[in-house]
Amino acid sequence: MNRMQWRRFIPLGVASFLAVMLFIGLGLDPKIVPSALIDKPAPQFDLPPLPGKEPGLIAADLAKGGVSLVNVWASWCGPCRIEHPQLMEIAKIPGLRMIGLNYKDDPARALAFLQQLGDPFATVGADRSGRVAIEWGVYGVPETFIIDGDGRIVMKHVGPLRPEDIKEKILPAIAAARP
Amino acid sequence: MIIELGHFALVLAFVLALAQASLPLIGAARGSAALMAVARPAAMGQLVFLLLAFAALMNGFVTSDFSVQVVAANSHSAKPMLYKIAGLWGNHEGSLLLWVLILALFGAAVAGVGNNLPASLRARVLSVQAMIACGFLSFMLATSNPFTRLIPPPLDGNGLNPLLQDPGLAFHPPFLYLGYVGFSMAFSFAVAALIEGRVDPAWARWVRPWTLAAWCFLTIGIAMGSWWAYYELGWGGWWFWDPVENASFMPWLAGTALLHSAIVVEKRDMLKSWTILLAIITFSLSLLGTFIVRSGVLSSVHAFATDPARGVFILGFLVLVIGGSLGLYAYRAPVLKGGGIFAPISREAALVLNNWLLATACATVLLGTLYPLLMDALSGGVDKVTVGAPYYNATFTPLMVPLLILMALGPLMSWKRGDLPGVLSRLRFAFGVSVLGMLLVWYLREEGPVLAVFGIGLGIWLIAGALTDLAERIRLFRISPYASLSRAAGLPRAVWGATMAHAGVGIVVLGITASSAWTEEKIILMQPGDQASVGGYDYRFIRAEQGPGPNYTALRGQFEVSRNGQPVVTLEPESRSYPTPPMDTTEAAIYPMLSGDLFAVIGNPQGDKGWSARLYFRPLQSWIWGGALLMTLGGAISLSDRRHRVGAPRRAAAHGRSDAGAAIAAE
Repeated sequence: MNRMQWRRFIPLGVASFLAVMLFIGLGLDPKIVPSALIDKPAPQFDLPPLPGKEPGLIAADLAKGGVSLVNVWASWCGPCRIEHPQLMEIAKIPGLRMIGLNYKDDPARALAFLQQLGDPFATVGADRSGRVAIEWGVYGVPETFIIDGDGRIVMKHVGPLRPEDIKEKILPAIAAARP
Repeated sequence: MIIELGHFALVLAFVLALAQASLPLIGAARGSAALMAVARPAAMGQLVFLLLAFAALMNGFVTSDFSVQVVAANSHSAKPMLYKIAGLWGNHEGSLLLWVLILALFGAAVAGVGNNLPASLRARVLSVQAMIACGFLSFMLATSNPFTRLIPPPLDGNGLNPLLQDPGLAFHPPFLYLGYVGFSMAFSFAVAALIEGRVDPAWARWVRPWTLAAWCFLTIGIAMGSWWAYYELGWGGWWFWDPVENASFMPWLAGTALLHSAIVVEKRDMLKSWTILLAIITFSLSLLGTFIVRSGVLSSVHAFATDPARGVFILGFLVLVIGGSLGLYAYRAPVLKGGGIFAPISREAALVLNNWLLATACATVLLGTLYPLLMDALSGGVDKVTVGAPYYNATFTPLMVPLLILMALGPLMSWKRGDLPGVLSRLRFAFGVSVLGMLLVWYLREEGPVLAVFGIGLGIWLIAGALTDLAERIRLFRISPYASLSRAAGLPRAVWGATMAHAGVGIVVLGITASSAWTEEKIILMQPGDQASVGGYDYRFIRAEQGPGPNYTALRGQFEVSRNGQPVVTLEPESRSYPTPPMDTTEAAIYPMLSGDLFAVIGNPQGDKGWSARLYFRPLQSWIWGGALLMTLGGAISLSDRRHRVGAPRRAAAHGRSDAGAAIAAE
């Protein structure tokens, strides 16, 4: 055996390391997507309302004190229907401002959606071009953000909220956002 | 009933694969011809049963049998026939069935045309091939059975993701899989050679056509995928360094390196250990690609199946295949001693350099793809990062530049001892042409950017370099044109293939450089009758109207494009709304020209201010795909080379015949 012999084990070593990492990766929640915006002020925006849901939405609304939940949704999005009962549940939490960001949607259909399934939102901004959603770093609908009283993003959840997410993610985030 | 028959055929294929994985291997070890002979009929039988299973599922899709779960989840009765068929592999279960079918196809090909292989090598290759099949078939039967029934059946299906309803994408997965799975041949040959303890030029010559075929399929598959992204996603991007794209690009890079290192084994009987390792790595990366897409460890816009249970199964399989083969490599590598030494300036040295650069580039992409996962895993889920284009621009591109510069030199070098000054002097014409090209571009585009001007020079250098090689071989202008022509006719097809593939890379480089540096873009609101000028072309907006399609409604815009008053083309981009599942897609209107692409996208009306329109002129854009096509064509022509067809490579007699133990002892 010469000194170079150990080199033939390098590929095996690298592969083993990667396998361990991939195994750990499997156990992690793929739904927690990083957001560069965590702990940063929510992006500036100014959105028209859904008809009948005046007065629309501007970024300053978020920094008026009190915790807000911003939910990005659309009537054409199937998972949004699945998570809607959870939003209705969350809306019962006292002192939480529920804000909808209606993403690339038809206003009439969006209103019909809320009439049919219930309306958890205090205000809804209509982001018809999707421009505001881009600034918020939205990957797809639905997504949910928790904003603290200073207008900073505390948490981001990608994908539909499952019933267990309320206790496991939403409530802790709200608690963390309260001063 | 047909569906149950399909299920049954799948189980039978699995049983056959088990037999094929074990018996021939034992036979080869004991020298039993009878056991080794099991391999061929078993491989053929596997193909037959998987074809049956595939046909059964296809029947379910074509007849819209919604009592089958995958059909209900991925098809719809109102879908055009092409997409009903493509729906089969547009989902997790069906795409796995396609995967194993292609695996069986390659296995049967070895069994069928592998007459020139020594019996023991063929038995071992088919055995390894069947082991892979066992893994995938048990995965399907245990976690992702495509033949699961749905009781009661729904009235109609969920439909296929509208983004995937596109002719380009309909045939993208089959080509990609032909590439991925094709590398399993190189893998099986490598593992079989490790078991035998023997790698020689004959081995390289058997492996090369399979690798080349897989490479061609993968090239065309990747090109189709990026072409789809270019016109379907609607913002003109065509490569995003998305994990799933990287998953197909890494095997391509490793496979390209393998293709070149196998030449060195074939011609010089060197680099054996490295070539074996590359063969294992190339296929491992293909498997890793499957794992990444199927398990959801990396979030990606492409992932259409995320299921941790499946992830654990695939990871276990991955560990078995990759860990097993690399372990075997570590154990056996010392046997694979190469013959001879090589000079630092020679064809083989150039190919080693090519391999270094390609392997490093591949590792760079691997690191970028897995880095978010590594950070995530090491920090226990706290640090989440994403790696994007800036990383790849800073790491991948600098590695490509020396590779591309050297690419023109390599083919002109001679084996054993190259003559660098001679090669450089032969390339002075190519060098002159590229400098001229750079000056011309600099003159036309005063604002640069410098890197883009350099990119153009690089592209021209590659094309001119490839042509120089050809001109040298036919002694153009040094003997009579007629004699040159007859030399050209006599050149091996492999030379033509290599020239075309290398020139193809040059064309791709030109396309990438020009389209990314000099694209002109306008995003404006337009009323009917409005006019906008982009890249020297005048776009006049005629109208936009709502209309029905086969399974969607569309907003159709109409733009008349003219240049200096001469009409060029009428572009009709669409914005489609699909009802099942509800989704909007953008159908950009693209008019490809040699000088560049005219590209128009229509958006939603903005009240009474008009329609939002995005208009582009993307210079040399279609050269990217033209170049990729030329590369594939080069590969195919090289594949048809005489030496792959006739004159079965014969092994040199007995020296060191398969006596690995003795070789280890001798060290």
